Amino acid sequence: MLIDFFLHLKARKLPVSTREFLTLLEGLREHVCGHSIDDFYHFARACLVKDESLYDRFDQAFGEYFKGVSAIPGLEVDLPEEWLRAMMKKHLTPEERAKLEKLGWDKLMDEFRKRLAEQKGRHQGGSKWIGTGGSSPFGNSGTHPEGIRVGGDSANRSAVKVWEKREFRNLDDAVELGTRNIKVALRRLRRFAREGAAEELDLDGTIAATARNAGWLDLMMRPERHNAVKVLLFLDVGGSMDDHVRVCEELFSACRLEFKHLEYFYFHNCVYEGVWRDNARRHRERTPLLDVIHKYGPDYKLIFVGDATMSPYEILHPHGSIEHMNAESGATWLRRLLDAYPAAAWLNPEPERLWGYRQSIQLIHEIVGGRMYPLTLEGLARAMQGLSKKH
Amino acid sequence: MSQPRFEGSRNYVTTPDLMLAVNAAIRLQRPLLIKGEPGTGKTMLAEEVAAALELPLLQWHIKSTTKAQQGLYEYDAVSRLRDSQLGDDRVKDIGNYIVKGVLWQAFEAERPTVVLIDEIDKADIEFPNDLLRELDRMEFHVYETRQTIQARHRPIVFITSNNEKELPDAFLRRCFFHYIKFPDRDTMQRIVDVHFPGIRKELLREALEVFFGLRDIPGLKKKPSTSELIDWLKLLVAEDIPPEALHSPDGKAAIPPLHGALLKNEQDVHLFERLVHMARLNR
Repeated sequence: MLIDFFLHLKARKLPVSTREFLTLLEGLREHVCGHSIDDFYHFARACLVKDESLYDRFDQAFGEYFKGVSAIPGLEVDLPEEWLRAMMKKHLTPEERAKLEKLGWDKLMDEFRKRLAEQKGRHQGGSKWIGTGGSSPFGNSGTHPEGIRVGGDSANRSAVKVWEKREFRNLDDAVELGTRNIKVALRRLRRFAREGAAEELDLDGTIAATARNAGWLDLMMRPERHNAVKVLLFLDVGGSMDDHVRVCEELFSACRLEFKHLEYFYFHNCVYEGVWRDNARRHRERTPLLDVIHKYGPDYKLIFVGDATMSPYEILHPHGSIEHMNAESGATWLRRLLDAYPAAAWLNPEPERLWGYRQSIQLIHEIVGGRMYPLTLEGLARAMQGLSKKH
Repeated sequence: MSQPRFEGSRNYVTTPDLMLAVNAAIRLQRPLLIKGEPGTGKTMLAEEVAAALELPLLQWHIKSTTKAQQGLYEYDAVSRLRDSQLGDDRVKDIGNYIVKGVLWQAFEAERPTVVLIDEIDKADIEFPNDLLRELDRMEFHVYETRQTIQARHRPIVFITSNNEKELPDAFLRRCFFHYIKFPDRDTMQRIVDVHFPGIRKELLREALEVFFGLRDIPGLKKKPSTSELIDWLKLLVAEDIPPEALHSPDGKAAIPPLHGALLKNEQDVHLFERLVHMARLNR
């Protein structure tokens, strides 16, 4: 019977393999887990899912497949009154609370409960989980109690089915982008090389040298391996980038820690003849872009971070910049940079689905030769992959 | 032979799903890969399982320079070369220069062992692939002495990862996997009870409140983890801080004493102090 379950997981794009499935069956034969469906869920997850970012997808697939198997006691959620009250307080702004208090707590509680029941019912129907939405009096789309554990100790944990809580929701793919995750993604760009002081014994070299020396020991040393990748980072600041300050900050701090050879410069909207290092003194201390190109060799990897959202004039026309009179167009300067550094990528914090609607994004996308990636974990991984190709 | 079962231990609180994963790994003799936030007790798990089942624990801590071969054995060519120059008799037997690694020790042990391969993601990207056969068949070949080492008892293998590198699929397929999620309040209470059986109830309650409050602050660069909570409680108990100090009587927000144990980043401390300050102004 479980073959269908296995195929269902496959259809839901979980990377499960036959071998893992056989392990699952072996475990069931050996009675590794008890007879409850919770045990089976945990065991199946340990066998089949090898990445916590896929836990959520597994939870959904498991729920879909086993929604018929509902003869488990305690399926209906019983929410304690205080909990509801606490949740309401936690998720409402003072104004909303004032508005709601006019309605009266009891009525509200009923409403809230009804909402919950509805949501649960909708999920049972098999469609996607739907948040309470902006129009709801509860104001916050994150109010599903399913994300929060209901009930106290493990004895009544089965009140809500474990997979239905979907606790791992925020571990899925492109959602979370903390510095740590960024660092991990950046690490794909590592390239080890031996440079610096000779500290490590080179065994092969020693043997070869000793043999050449007619058997007299000749110790050879060599430097340890270090990450030798060099990165040239250009960051867009100000204007429309203000919405993305946080994610850029995180990316920047991760870059600083991850790359020993990191040179960074700022620009506004599009690069022109001058870039700067210090935002406080951007008008006084500019570095000519040509100096940058001449100073840093073509082995540097070029990374732009910017939303590429501006008027097309700022890219295409001389004197198009909104800040100063530029003799040559932004596109010319961009191409100059791209010619100097064959390995390049543009990271865009704007969601990928919006790119098609903005002319300037399209233009830059063309200029960088399609090497524009969204600033999500997945996009970052793709960018690093592109950068580490041989050029 | 009846299989040992792990039921948690006095010093380590497990959730049922973790227990199930551990027992499945023991029963089916497959390695168990553990991931989770730093400080959620990944490494401790192996130690506790070994202690609970009264099995010896062999630890192999991985560094960025560790090679898979080092877990099996190393051929100390340099000392042999030196001995040959000095005319030492030992040099005739190459076996004298084979240094056994952790896996070899586990394979030839008289009784089953627990092997911990700690922070496997630190190593080179090929490292897990190089261990596939060894972990699968529990045997390997020593080229220098032309012998094959086979495990007398399949060791219970725990592997921890901090997610710094992705592990190859072929490797993952051979393991069980468990992600230790951050403990909720009740589990945390049990964890603290285990570490500080005598702690005063009200102090603990206030401390947990402060702790989870801190974790809820959006924008912290490093959220405090279980091990930091334990350290902080240790300090609170050592300094004999009264519970009232954690919670100011007039309801105003206060900076908890010794918060340096919880927040490890000066930007975080700064952010936190600003928030507390703002909260005070709002009252």
